[in-house]
Amino acid sequence: MDKNASRGPWREAWSVFRRNYAALIGLAILGLVLTVAIAGPWIYPVDPFDIVAAPKTAPGADADAVLGTDYLGRDMLAGLVRGGRPTLMVGFFAAMIATVIGITMGALGGYYGGKVDAILGRITEFFQVLPALLFAMVLVMLFTPSIVTVTFAIGFVAWTSMARLTRAEFLRIRQLEYVRAARAIGSSNSRIIWGVILPNALPPIIVAATLATGTAILFEAGLSFLGLSDPNVMSWGMMIGSNRNYLREMWWAVTFPGVCIFLTVLAISLVGDGLNDAFNPRLRTR
Amino acid sequence: MGALLEIENLQVEFDTWDGRVRVLDGVSLSVNAGETLGIVGESGCGKSMTALAIMGLVPRPAGHVTGGSVRFDGEDLLKANEARLREVRGHRIAMIFQEPMTSLNPVFTVGDQVAEAARLHLGLTASQARRRAIEMFKAVHIPEAERRVDEYPHQFSGGMRQRVMIAMALVCEPRVLIADEPTTALDVTVQAQIFDLLQELRDTRGTAIMLITHDMGAIAEMADRVVVMYAGRKVEEGAVERILGEPAHPYTRGLLACRPQLKLGPGPVRTALQEIPGVVPPLHLLGHGCAFAERCGQALPRCRERFPGESDAGPGHRASCWLLEGTQERRAT
Repeated sequence: MDKNASRGPWREAWSVFRRNYAALIGLAILGLVLTVAIAGPWIYPVDPFDIVAAPKTAPGADADAVLGTDYLGRDMLAGLVRGGRPTLMVGFFAAMIATVIGITMGALGGYYGGKVDAILGRITEFFQVLPALLFAMVLVMLFTPSIVTVTFAIGFVAWTSMARLTRAEFLRIRQLEYVRAARAIGSSNSRIIWGVILPNALPPIIVAATLATGTAILFEAGLSFLGLSDPNVMSWGMMIGSNRNYLREMWWAVTFPGVCIFLTVLAISLVGDGLNDAFNPRLRTR
Repeated sequence: MGALLEIENLQVEFDTWDGRVRVLDGVSLSVNAGETLGIVGESGCGKSMTALAIMGLVPRPAGHVTGGSVRFDGEDLLKANEARLREVRGHRIAMIFQEPMTSLNPVFTVGDQVAEAARLHLGLTASQARRRAIEMFKAVHIPEAERRVDEYPHQFSGGMRQRVMIAMALVCEPRVLIADEPTTALDVTVQAQIFDLLQELRDTRGTAIMLITHDMGAIAEMADRVVVMYAGRKVEEGAVERILGEPAHPYTRGLLACRPQLKLGPGPVRTALQEIPGVVPPLHLLGHGCAFAERCGQALPRCRERFPGESDAGPGHRASCWLLEGTQERRAT
């Protein structure tokens, strides 16, 4: 009893998360990737755009480039170390943009219903039926491809599912008794939306936002593969994209960044699933 | 002198698949300071809708208040704008709900939720509001108030949560407290405690209480005056002794007969539980007559044609029934 005293729902969720091994492994991988992304440039201070050895050097063939070189002779390892930061940043900020837009649209539509919901719902559907990758390509090409435009483009095409999720949560929660009670003590609409309903709608939104980060990273890789990425920033996606024509001769040039993307997205998914279990009261053991 | 809260001829309509339905039809009632008014009736008779209409919380967009007035301290709340209503809600008129288990927000501490109302209306700072919440917890007899304000709703039992709800409702010292079936979800022993608490708060603070219930026992224990409702209409009104002792409307008599009678004596003496035959008619099928006529053992032909006006059934005691009208006419001649 004492152990349970004053334990909020967040701490309770953490205690469930802590027992989920898959989620902890995901968290560990994610931690490793983050550490390399943040500290890597100091640990391995080689410019990924510098040509350090002969082009297309295989891994292990040259001591100057342990993991080999790409089609121009640039160090693969340097690229992998530097590529984590922009990849993660694009993923994180794009997911954040998508979440902010999605929450706003979904919350207002779900709470007010009626005409507001109809208009916001139509807008959401409009964005939903556009082919996401094509739309993002158009957005990136309209402006110059830079890390900022790529981030915004991904965030701008990825918010619809978040809006629908938030709307559904608001529709469910707005008719609960404690929302009526909040209204009965004189709370304003905005107070009820952001202060009463949203905190209760957050768990599934957090899960979705986590998974959206993974999706955004894949999206960035996809855009880079098609050549639509910031040419001045070495990201994993760009490494795959720029070496894709030499896929048959040099497996390593696309495999290593591919594995990095795969592991990162997998780790994010595991964490997301762990959060889902932790927040979902039906799966909770007493 | 007018009553503190006076509802006159209130009409509320709802849009449904079967068309527009009148859920409240010409309801008039009033509550004075320091008084407990009981409102009784079966499920769906409009008790809770009356409460929501007073608070300006009739569900939108399906519900519409189509007529009447709700005068609080002389001000017609039906004509007030949303900002003014927000000031009144929780500050002047507060409400507690049927389901204490779900009426509290699970992600905030109970102290925060009680403090919220105080910060909203009294302009208190966070620490003042917290102190006020602790005071209120003591007033509603929650033990270890200082510690328990920082706990979450799931750490409270049903009775304790209802106390928190009452603390939340009373934190701004409202002049009217609307209690919508406050004890229906609670154990019998806890019910008695909650009633004691409400009575104590009414007597010490002079709060007017509108107790909405279907439990005649609760009415007997709590109410000074009683309004009986049926199918969106008030059918009888009077002092509690009159309603329980000499009910004038057949529906009220039926309700009273439905109560289980506890008779302890030698041998198994058990009388069968009485019931009112039939069910409340669907509101969209109501005609012009008395809605109770189909279930009434004494219905006259004209009961189905026209709804009876109010007739006196004693001092401060009125009922809407043709039978009563008849006795009055006979008395007059």
